[in-house]
Amino acid sequence: MTSSQTPASSTFQTLRRYISWNTDHKVIGIQYLVTTFTFFLIGGALAMVMRTELSQPGVDLLNGAEYNRFMTNHGSVMLFLWIIPVFSGFANFMLPIMIGAKDMAFPRLNAASFWLIPPAGVIMLTSFFVGAADAGWTAYVPLSIQSADGQSLWAVSVILLGTSSIMGAINFVTTTVTMRAPGITIWRLPLFVWAMMATALLVIMATPVLTAGLVLVALDRLAGTLFFSVEAGGNPILWQNIFWFYSHPAVYIMVLPGMGIVSEIFPVFSRKPIFGYKMIALSSMAISVLGLTVWAHHMFTSGLDPRLRVPYMITSMVIAVPTGVKIFSWLATIWDGKIRLQTPMLFALGFISMFLIGGITGIFLASIPIDIHVHDTYFVVAHLHFVLFGGAVSAVYAGLYYWFPKITGRMYDENLGKLHFLMNFLGTNLSYLPMFLAGLLGMPRRVADYAPEFQPLNLLATMGAALLASSTLPFLYNAIVSWAKGPRASANPWQGLTLEWSVSSPPPPHNFEHTPAVEYGPYDYGQPRQLEQPASAAAD
Amino acid sequence: MTTHSVEHSDEFRAGRELGLNHVKLGMWLFLASEVMFFGGLISSFLHYKLNNPSLESGLLDVLLVGGNTFVLLTSSYTVVMALAAARTGNTAGLVRNLLLTAVLGAAFLAGQGYEFASLIREGMTPTSSVFGSSFFTLTGFHGLHVLVGLLWALRNLAKALRGGFGEGRALGVEIFGLYWHFVDIVWIVLFTVIYLI
Repeated sequence: MTSSQTPASSTFQTLRRYISWNTDHKVIGIQYLVTTFTFFLIGGALAMVMRTELSQPGVDLLNGAEYNRFMTNHGSVMLFLWIIPVFSGFANFMLPIMIGAKDMAFPRLNAASFWLIPPAGVIMLTSFFVGAADAGWTAYVPLSIQSADGQSLWAVSVILLGTSSIMGAINFVTTTVTMRAPGITIWRLPLFVWAMMATALLVIMATPVLTAGLVLVALDRLAGTLFFSVEAGGNPILWQNIFWFYSHPAVYIMVLPGMGIVSEIFPVFSRKPIFGYKMIALSSMAISVLGLTVWAHHMFTSGLDPRLRVPYMITSMVIAVPTGVKIFSWLATIWDGKIRLQTPMLFALGFISMFLIGGITGIFLASIPIDIHVHDTYFVVAHLHFVLFGGAVSAVYAGLYYWFPKITGRMYDENLGKLHFLMNFLGTNLSYLPMFLAGLLGMPRRVADYAPEFQPLNLLATMGAALLASSTLPFLYNAIVSWAKGPRASANPWQGLTLEWSVSSPPPPHNFEHTPAVEYGPYDYGQPRQLEQPASAAAD
Repeated sequence: MTTHSVEHSDEFRAGRELGLNHVKLGMWLFLASEVMFFGGLISSFLHYKLNNPSLESGLLDVLLVGGNTFVLLTSSYTVVMALAAARTGNTAGLVRNLLLTAVLGAAFLAGQGYEFASLIREGMTPTSSVFGSSFFTLTGFHGLHVLVGLLWALRNLAKALRGGFGEGRALGVEIFGLYWHFVDIVWIVLFTVIYLI
């Protein structure tokens, strides 16, 4: 995307690049971001229908079977088509530039990983026409063996999305290891790149196991194999083990990149070097490794051998340590800084506060007695949404505002951004805080109806959901109008030091005129020598 | 344009300083994901083999499959020879060894097809028992991997016949070799857990 293109024909040309096969990592990044945001809106619409049903007791809008379909597809769309791939969008656009590379290591593989997503999304949602998947995003067997045909489409769709995610992960690791510009040593990698490395390695380790499990489910459904039919000796617990071996690490796949994004934002908006750079980088890696050892804490009530429960409880709780290292490092970064409360910073601060609630309730859930008490109640729903909506989605918004000038070459409107933050923050807390209480009082999740005493809490949650839904309106208006005719952005509107700010906004086709040679760390604020000359050209 | 190609090769300088070719690293990462994929299938197989023993396991013909294993492992030798030939620019040797690899791979698949056919004749099918389901899924996915390797060998063969692997351009053969050896190693694990223990 070169700069001024006013004639209609060239606008059309520009648009065409984004809906066709293109191997430029920046085009692919935008393709990812726009496509996944579209799925976010679809997933949100499904949630709004559910919240409307739940605004009062009784079955009014959706019956139980319909509710199950909406719930399953809401969860699956949000996780597999929004949160996981949206971070690939950021990484596609930013990671090569941040390490001083011209593109990804495998540009065609990169395009292929994107182009698996739209068909997979269509396959998943088409299932509504053949009896939609209704076994929850966890697709527990034997239910998911007995569901309607849409469940097979669901399995195929998730296999495709997993493949896309593995291909992307291979690309990110290879790019980071082999394509760094001179001077970008591993201890000068921006923390977002570190976070993507940790995420990508986790994807490579965990996602293929889910693929194997989904193959078994698909074969049971389509070829009549007997893996999960209890009467023939099949074992449903096997699926739970396989599923959570992937899906617990998947939680970190969904939040580590977000932690990377806010690690970029705090130093820039506090004008201070990041506190504990190495500790933040290594804690991402520690979370990746530990994340592979905790999966059975999802199965405390599945008849697991009691002697196995305690080790899983301990490993789960140990994850709080690297997470705490990050949170305290961020707080120490902004401590005494020259804080600028612009929209990216607001969302990043929102991330800390809400992710903290999600994380701490995660410790509650990791302890066996509490988990047994609140298992399958709204407490779990609230915990999950504080991690993934209050946490991951806040980080996505923070990243979208932070890099909007770089990606589009134009500035967004700050007032609309702040309005968006306010509605989003209030909406998130109004939606999900009452669910903690409802869960502790015993309201079961995944049911269309509930006892009348839960009405006030559910009404609050539904009001919060409505606020959240309407909060996307100022964002969409802001993004579309600013992208079309916002004021032009300078190369470095936030005075950042990472390499993406050393090139024009939007970056030129090959990112750098000359391969940059880097002689300073990504967060060396308070050392003004760097600001005038962010990247000197390589002499070679 | 010479400047462009110089700049392009410069792209992977960090990798070269580490002694890592990017295509090779990508392949290793892909193989790591394949290890986890087969890990999932092997765990499922073992779970059922241990917890749900089936009389059908007595139908397996260890001798036939042992011979087939020998065929597949021999093909790893021919792949090594193909790479050595490619490295020295010996096109005739490369063609001969790729051809042998393809023939051995095809022989393995034929042997597996024969084994499947006789098992099915004796009543063990993917739908006859949990053991049948996990046996055919695991060995079937391995067979698919051999098939992919076979097609890849033929593609390399076509390229070698066109003289596509000049001296110092053995990377394509090496990458193919990584995949082929991986598929062989998986078979050693499968042969052990399915037929020997």
